Amino acid sequence: MSDIFDIFLLEAVLNGLLLGGLLALLSLGLNLVFGVIDVVWICYAELIMCGMYAVYYLYVQFHWPLLLAMAAAIGVVAVLGWLLHQFVIRPVLNAEPINQLLVTGGVLFFLQAAATLAFGIEFKNLGVTLPSVRVGEMSFSAARLVAFAAALGGVIALWLFLRKTYLGTAIRAISQDRAIMPLMGVDPARIFAITSALGGALAGLAACLLVLQYDIHPAIGLSFGPITFLICVLGGLGNMVGGFVAAFIFAQFIAVGGFFFAVEWGYVIAFVFFIAAMFWRPRGILGK
Amino acid sequence: MLAARSISAGYAGFPALFDVNLEVRAGESVAVIGPNGAGKTTLLRVISKLIAPSRGEILFREKNLAAVPAHAVVALGIAHVPENRRLFPRLTAEENLRMGAYTSRKNFGRRLEQVYALFPRLKERRHQAAGTLSGGEQQMCAIARALMSGPKLLLLDEPSAGLAPVVVQAIFELVRRVCAEGYTVLIVEQNIRQVLKVVSRAYLLEAGRIVQSGTAAELLAAPQIQKAYLGL
Repeated sequence: MSDIFDIFLLEAVLNGLLLGGLLALLSLGLNLVFGVIDVVWICYAELIMCGMYAVYYLYVQFHWPLLLAMAAAIGVVAVLGWLLHQFVIRPVLNAEPINQLLVTGGVLFFLQAAATLAFGIEFKNLGVTLPSVRVGEMSFSAARLVAFAAALGGVIALWLFLRKTYLGTAIRAISQDRAIMPLMGVDPARIFAITSALGGALAGLAACLLVLQYDIHPAIGLSFGPITFLICVLGGLGNMVGGFVAAFIFAQFIAVGGFFFAVEWGYVIAFVFFIAAMFWRPRGILGK
Repeated sequence: MLAARSISAGYAGFPALFDVNLEVRAGESVAVIGPNGAGKTTLLRVISKLIAPSRGEILFREKNLAAVPAHAVVALGIAHVPENRRLFPRLTAEENLRMGAYTSRKNFGRRLEQVYALFPRLKERRHQAAGTLSGGEQQMCAIARALMSGPKLLLLDEPSAGLAPVVVQAIFELVRRVCAEGYTVLIVEQNIRQVLKVVSRAYLLEAGRIVQSGTAAELLAAPQIQKAYLGL
């Protein structure tokens, strides 16, 4: 009896690990944009929603190959991120933070309403079912395994880009001293535009992975937008390493808490932990 | 090489420079000296286009900089070491140098060797976050970062500010060596006695106006400067 109990606990822990990879990817783009531009994209999850619709329409309606549809969706959301910066963020770049929150909040409702008008409220799905993978007594969803691998790949690729390239170094530098970037020969407006497109592309990648597991509807952003913010705040907003760690902590609370009680309880425990952590470390677990 | 013609400039309606004329010839090292608040930093910021002058023009190698955006100035050959060094504190020393080479990437490896030869201390510290370097090391790193772009003209803003007296000596020795390497240097300093030992010519800036100019020896000997600034 106790053997079986441990196997299922192990399965829950491993599922938590897989979920953690996906949550880490979700937080990545938001953290990147906040860390560099110092603006919170409240509508981040709605960009992901747009990406999910892009995959759906290209794959189901236009019969593109799935991987090509996904690549195109990443491009579409990258362009959306760039547009969001040029037309919404740039005019309020030096405004009060509350105004910046309000405009991106406005974009959230705009995108939700636009998606409802354009795509309707019925749930859509790709009709792609990836099998379960059985390891001994344990079973894992292949969609989650793929999401975990892709999320890890995305994290590593972004890390190498930020460490090893001139552009990546400039993206890290601009968050430390915006005013002297011109003395390095760097146009800050260009770096901000590129960072926004990159944040969009990461949202697009998240969309490709979520669309394998979830139905698409105009309000889907609300089901994972809040948790994405909580993870970013828990890790220290703008701190990508912190967000990464926080994603795995959160996922374990959800998965293991869900194992001992019920799935909903997993979320309750995770949010209670979040509130407690905010008292303990108000600037995030790795915040400075 | 550089000519400032009747420059007036200021911040949000608060004027800081009035009709400033200044010239730096190729290979020369020139200082702008004067008390705190005289407008020395503003002058350097006008030259590197961080602020636009309200009147007058800047010519660099016969080219008028009026239409050049700030981020295109480095590529023309002007590198600016800003006031308070302004390193990127969470990048390593070497990553700061890489930012200096942003417009001139092909030459990164070669220039890195040159800069490390000039500042061996930086090579030891290259993987350390710039914010954890000592004040003198940070100033070295800031100068080295500017040299990484391969400038024709180096602008130095108060390299001795905020450093311990013994470090100030070392920094002026480094500035002397940079000048001796053949760089054209325009340096702004409050430490008049030290800087006049390093440069060949100088301008005295007071309350936004050039009030005196001449060779370093002439200014060192000028009674007005001896009395007001050197305490003789």
